Amino acid sequence: MRRAQTGGRVPLRGAAEGGLPGMVRGAFLLVVATALVACSDSGQTADRAPIVSGDVAMAGTLEGIPAHAPARFDFGTEASAARVAIWDIDVRPDGEGLPEGSGSVAQGRDVYNVHCVACHGPTGTEGPNDRLVDSEQWDDVPSTRTVGNYWPHATTLYDYIRKAMPQLTPGILSEDQVYAVIAYILWMNEIIPEDSVLDAQTLAAVVMPARDKFVVDDRVGGAGPVR
Amino acid sequence: MPRDGRTKLSRRAWITTTSGVIAAGLVKTQTDAIKLVAQEAPSDPTRVPGKLVSELGGRAPAEEPKRLVRAQTLSSSSRTPLADLMGTITPADLHFERHHAGVPDIRLEDHELLVHGMVERPMVFRMSDLMRYPQVSRIQFLECSGNGGGVYNRDRMPTEVTVQALDGLLSTSEWTGVAVSTILREVGVRRGASWILAEGSDAAVMSRSIPLDKVMEDSMLAYGQNGERIRPEQGYPLRLFNPGYEGNTSVKWLRRIEVTDQPTHTRDETSKYTDPLGDGKVRQFSLAMDAKSVITFPSYPYALPETGWWEIRGLAWSGRGRITKVEVSTDGGRTWVDAALQGPILEKSTVRFRHLFDWNGRDTVILSRATDETGYVQPTVEQLWDARGTRTSYHQNHQRAWKIARTGEVTFGLGELV
Ligand code: HEC
Repeated sequence: MRRAQTGGRVPLRGAAEGGLPGMVRGAFLLVVATALVACSDSGQTADRAPIVSGDVAMAGTLEGIPAHAPARFDFGTEASAARVAIWDIDVRPDGEGLPEGSGSVAQGRDVYNVHCVACHGPTGTEGPNDRLVDSEQWDDVPSTRTVGNYWPHATTLYDYIRKAMPQLTPGILSEDQVYAVIAYILWMNEIIPEDSVLDAQTLAAVVMPARDKFVVDDRVGGAGPVR
Repeated sequence: MPRDGRTKLSRRAWITTTSGVIAAGLVKTQTDAIKLVAQEAPSDPTRVPGKLVSELGGRAPAEEPKRLVRAQTLSSSSRTPLADLMGTITPADLHFERHHAGVPDIRLEDHELLVHGMVERPMVFRMSDLMRYPQVSRIQFLECSGNGGGVYNRDRMPTEVTVQALDGLLSTSEWTGVAVSTILREVGVRRGASWILAEGSDAAVMSRSIPLDKVMEDSMLAYGQNGERIRPEQGYPLRLFNPGYEGNTSVKWLRRIEVTDQPTHTRDETSKYTDPLGDGKVRQFSLAMDAKSVITFPSYPYALPETGWWEIRGLAWSGRGRITKVEVSTDGGRTWVDAALQGPILEKSTVRFRHLFDWNGRDTVILSRATDETGYVQPTVEQLWDARGTRTSYHQNHQRAWKIARTGEVTFGLGELV
């Protein structure tokens, strides 16, 4: 798991160096067998064989790559694990990418009242910007689309708040503060109890009320029924 | 004009005076002479030399097409003046904008793209590196999936609304850059990979997941737009460009691509850019832009000054390939005729359509509907309501209508039909 430390976003707006590189995940997932990719693997059988690369005889089959192109141009520079870690700050639903640290609902109340209340309102419903709280669930259509009744994954809060909030000073919160303010928002939405403490494990384990409502796009073009 | 009460000089007198001034050495350079001539000249442009060459051109002073800005906030948009434009290419300074935390100030020399994740060799590319890779150019549209969201509401169909305000989150450019496949080939994508995460270098660190097969097919790392470097509002110095996909996925100010085996479920592919369908389900990763067309002339606030021959003009496009047909109705959708399509008809690009119409002065409603090469026909709003309920806000590609009143005044006319 990658670790991100406080303040490391300056000047590159990524996590600080340190911790394991994102590459560990890639190696880990080599066991995953198939992928829906457009390019065939041209017969290489080794598990480690890439599915897209200049070594897999792709010249002439890709736009802009003539048959006489080399397998690699090597115009860029290889990125060290430390370099990757600086920018590799996304967080996925399985918890991948969540940093160390933790925060409680009580701590989050303080963070919220200092850093968020001006734009999202005292109870997360008043605005002036996006409403963050609505614990009323829905059957057919939602009347609001908020964390409490629309967001499918709690981990998205970490990904988004760390990257983009508070809007005028993004990147200002520590890892612990981000956990804390998420705990407070989830508590306001009646998703976790007031004595909760969130960290990488507990945040990834939160089940959001709207999780199972999401379905992948089924529009396909063509003359069939309108979707 | 001289101040001493003389109103007009005869041409001869004027030439004599001007030549005299020049001959008398009162003006020293040719530039000064031409400035003088331009000030004093009669309005006939054949009688006076014109302006000199210049380093940067500009529009004729009377031409002032502008983007429509509704709210100047950090997360906001501006819209392309579709009714002012001809052909298909959008001048770069009129390309629509949608950003979530303002336009970042990035220096070309400082910008880097990191490509990593399920790859053989994670790499960092500077702009000079990317420029050296084989280059591709394509003329293609970009449309925000929120475009036209205002014309879906059953109870509040607008009437006095311009095509710019309704559908101006659409622009077309010639994009130039490196195919994403070229860069993925360079870093080597590992078995099991199926998505990428694209991330921007703006204060929103805009992040979207895109299927790997899509970016391998035709996505581009674009650094050029209509022959020049991409503009800051369009992602200078580097943006992802996903042809035919909803605009938000074409992440601007691109700094990172992570190859993954699953989507990341970022805020802008869960909380936003998803479609509640009315049956308790929410459609996610609705990425392709279905076929659509809009009539740009005549449209509100234009008024036809007289009956007779008028050419109905508009744009059609599809995120799934080429447009094969655009039909126009001048009787509220009862009968349809094929409009003329202006070639070249390009894939995932806008097409200009035209239909000559003899307006007899009666009230009527005009519509257009596009068909693309997959056989998909631009639906009516009722068809979308039936399929998706009445509460979705993205992908509103249904047929648009304009009402022509007896007075010649044109208003948005869908409300007349539903
Ligand atoms: C200066 C005003 C401002 C401040 C301060 C601010 N936000 Fe925001 N927030 C916004 C705006 C504006 C948006 C919508 C941005 C967009 O749509 O691009 C937003 C969106 C959000 C969203 C996404 C809402 C949704 O349903 O999609 C979350 C979550 C959020 N903010 C959390 C926070 C937290 C936590 C803080 C405090 C640490 C905070 N914000 C501070 C203005 C602010």
